[in-house]
Amino acid sequence: MSTKAKARPATAPVVFTANRLRDGRVVWLGTAGLWRDAITETVPFAPEAAETGLALARQGERDQHVVGVYAVEVDLAGPTPLKFRERLRVQGPSVAAEAA
Amino acid sequence: MNALTYPPHARTYRYDEIDREFLQERIAEFRGQIERRLAGELTEDEFKPLRLMNGLYLQLHAYMLRVAIPYGLLNSAQLRQLGRIARRWDRGFGHFTTRQNIQFNWTKLEDVPAMLEALAEVDMHAIQTSGNCIRNTTTDEYAGATPDEVVDPRVYAEILRQWSTLHPEFTWLPRKFKIAITGSPNDRVAAQVHDVGVLAKRNERGEVGFEIHAGGGLGRTPIIARKLRDWVPEAEFLAYMEAVLRVYNALGQRENIYKARIKILVRDLGDEFTQMVEREYERMPRDRYRLDPEIVAAIGAHFAPPPFASLEDQALHADPEFRQWASASVRAHRQPGYASVTISLKPIGGIPGDASADQMEAVADLAERHSFGEIRVTHVQNLVLPHVRQEDLYALWGGLRAAGLATPNIGLISDIIACPGMDYCALATARSIPIAQRISERFASLDRQHDIGECFINISGCINACGHHHVAHIGILGVDKRGEEVYQVTLGGSATNDAAIGELIGPAFSYDTIVDAVETLITTYIAHRVPGERFIDTYRRVGVTPFKDALYAPA
Amino acid sequence: MPLLEDGRLRPDDWTSIEDDAPLPDGPAIISLDRLRAEAAALAGRNAPLGVAVAPETQPEEIAPFLDRLALVAVRMPKPKDGRAFTQARSLREHHGFTGEIRATGHIIPDHYAMLLRCGVTTVEVPEGTDPATWTRSRDAIRVGYQAAQGADRPLSLLRRKLELA
Ligand code: SF4
Repeated sequence: MSTKAKARPATAPVVFTANRLRDGRVVWLGTAGLWRDAITETVPFAPEAAETGLALARQGERDQHVVGVYAVEVDLAGPTPLKFRERLRVQGPSVAAEAA
Repeated sequence: MNALTYPPHARTYRYDEIDREFLQERIAEFRGQIERRLAGELTEDEFKPLRLMNGLYLQLHAYMLRVAIPYGLLNSAQLRQLGRIARRWDRGFGHFTTRQNIQFNWTKLEDVPAMLEALAEVDMHAIQTSGNCIRNTTTDEYAGATPDEVVDPRVYAEILRQWSTLHPEFTWLPRKFKIAITGSPNDRVAAQVHDVGVLAKRNERGEVGFEIHAGGGLGRTPIIARKLRDWVPEAEFLAYMEAVLRVYNALGQRENIYKARIKILVRDLGDEFTQMVEREYERMPRDRYRLDPEIVAAIGAHFAPPPFASLEDQALHADPEFRQWASASVRAHRQPGYASVTISLKPIGGIPGDASADQMEAVADLAERHSFGEIRVTHVQNLVLPHVRQEDLYALWGGLRAAGLATPNIGLISDIIACPGMDYCALATARSIPIAQRISERFASLDRQHDIGECFINISGCINACGHHHVAHIGILGVDKRGEEVYQVTLGGSATNDAAIGELIGPAFSYDTIVDAVETLITTYIAHRVPGERFIDTYRRVGVTPFKDALYAPA
Repeated sequence: MPLLEDGRLRPDDWTSIEDDAPLPDGPAIISLDRLRAEAAALAGRNAPLGVAVAPETQPEEIAPFLDRLALVAVRMPKPKDGRAFTQARSLREHHGFTGEIRATGHIIPDHYAMLLRCGVTTVEVPEGTDPATWTRSRDAIRVGYQAAQGADRPLSLLRRKLELA
């Protein structure tokens, strides 16, 4: 299971996320197929263009740069993921003790 | 650093040159696999099972390395090294798990070989802490110390560890495989909710044998194990285990991940499963699998009692605060004048099971001073110093207080098991740590906790049930309901001899109301209890209705 | 596809035959269904015969035919599907099969040592395979903690430790 891409078609704009192969850190697909650390640098795709975006994101897997690519539905302000899980992915753990 | 600097009397299994050679070869192999992965020679699909077998997960924010603590046993040199690793390659913390292991949440793939080298310096590793193989065997945290022990389970847990290490036939099983072993009639290892649960016992002649249960488990389909045999003689222990694993490897489901655990096979086949294991066992060339008494003796020598002084039992120091701590944390020892001490990793408002590098070092020091350099990790995510002189308890308490490790809540309502949940785990459907933190804050008053008495709350962040919520007196399961975290409550579970799966009580609670719901359950218990009753006793006597009524009564 | 045996590549002189195709004179691998259906006719055949078994096949099912089989091919449909290990071990241990056990399917070098220790003799590998990767993997770990099949059988670690003591 190297991908969590959902079969359900997107109804909101999407961005693509993955973990960087070398260090596992969360990254977001930016312009020119580059993977960025901050969601603010990501490039949203309209729902109907999600497939195109996914193809671009997959290239990062083929290049052995990232793993576990999947689409995240967002509100364009931010952008901010619609789901809590991905908001946690943006912010880091919600529990204080380990925020070193 | 190596075994030479180990505390001389710590009874952990001591590696010899062959074990060390094995470990070095294994690290070199995984280093090579990582290089092949980074070079693109291995795809993620090919690499994933290999990294998992070396304890490396990809989680929500980073890789997580799970380090094996064989059957929960550590010496002080090892714990100190874990602290060093936490400081150097993590953010200064480690997280102890319900499988008596420790995990580091901020691991980088490229650092893993160096981390494994550091572990190998103290004879530790991350082998088989994940993946579809035989995992770390768990056992009684009071082994070798508890008065009710009939057989020392560490000896057989170590034998199982060696036997299962890179087992050529059982490394690609349908699903993960977890074994628990206890040597006391009072089950403290939840044997009946494991893939295989082993009860070591003795016959009239004093010989060791094993009662074997199989097919228990939690997760999506909680099941109490089926007893396969009352008695397997010591010499045939590994043969019988082989037989169980062979039947499972051949016939276990592989298509549907939710049906792949042995519990489903055992449930579906029923007695036929037992028969198949017996047939396999009967026809095996048993000489090849015989566990010779000399082998058992050689392994057993690693766990000989430390040099106890001959002492008398003594009265506790009168300091009332100390006494409150002692009443929760100090446990009887088989040796007069000694006691076992449980160290709470559940400070009020803290993350259950987390320890900082400083705390690990502090516990290592205290273990050297007071417990022959030995430490245990418990499956409720606490630590134990197994052999402490009663006359040292007061001083030990002072040392623990200085390290922030003297919360007197062992076995009480704030001694909560919580899995990492959505704050770390990629599979989670809801958070569990903050729920634990808020419950413990709600019940922060220690007097109130002592008044409530023994009560186990376990929290899982998804149906995989790593937080063992099914077997808690109050179980909490976080699920996702249209993008929102909600929490289901089960009541009446138990993981001891009277193992039981908790009953789902009704509709789920929101993140904001779950703590109130727990409080309502506790006030209901207090209203109904008769003197001497624990939460679970009252629940069993009065049934679920009063609790349901209290929770769901129209306002 | 080439075969890996003792860490070296060699050509495969066996042919896998579809159920409806005629049997050639040379070494042939057929399905278990065909073996069952044509058992009587096959009894008189001179050329070596092999059978390819599915992962779900229990070795008992082919036991009646083993004395006329020179090869059994076991298969790993996915790298994670380890039923072939139990099949191979069982063929050796319970059925005394001494012919070739061939592993096919999605096998990676990291399986190699364990396959050998369970009694497999040859592995079908893709064209262009570098055998050095496989031998490196095979030789990576030279300590065995369990009994294993075959000539290289290491004793159990426990017993060996005693001998060292
Ligand atoms: S129970 Fe679920 S959320 Fe919790 S650690 Fe296990 S898999 Fe992760």
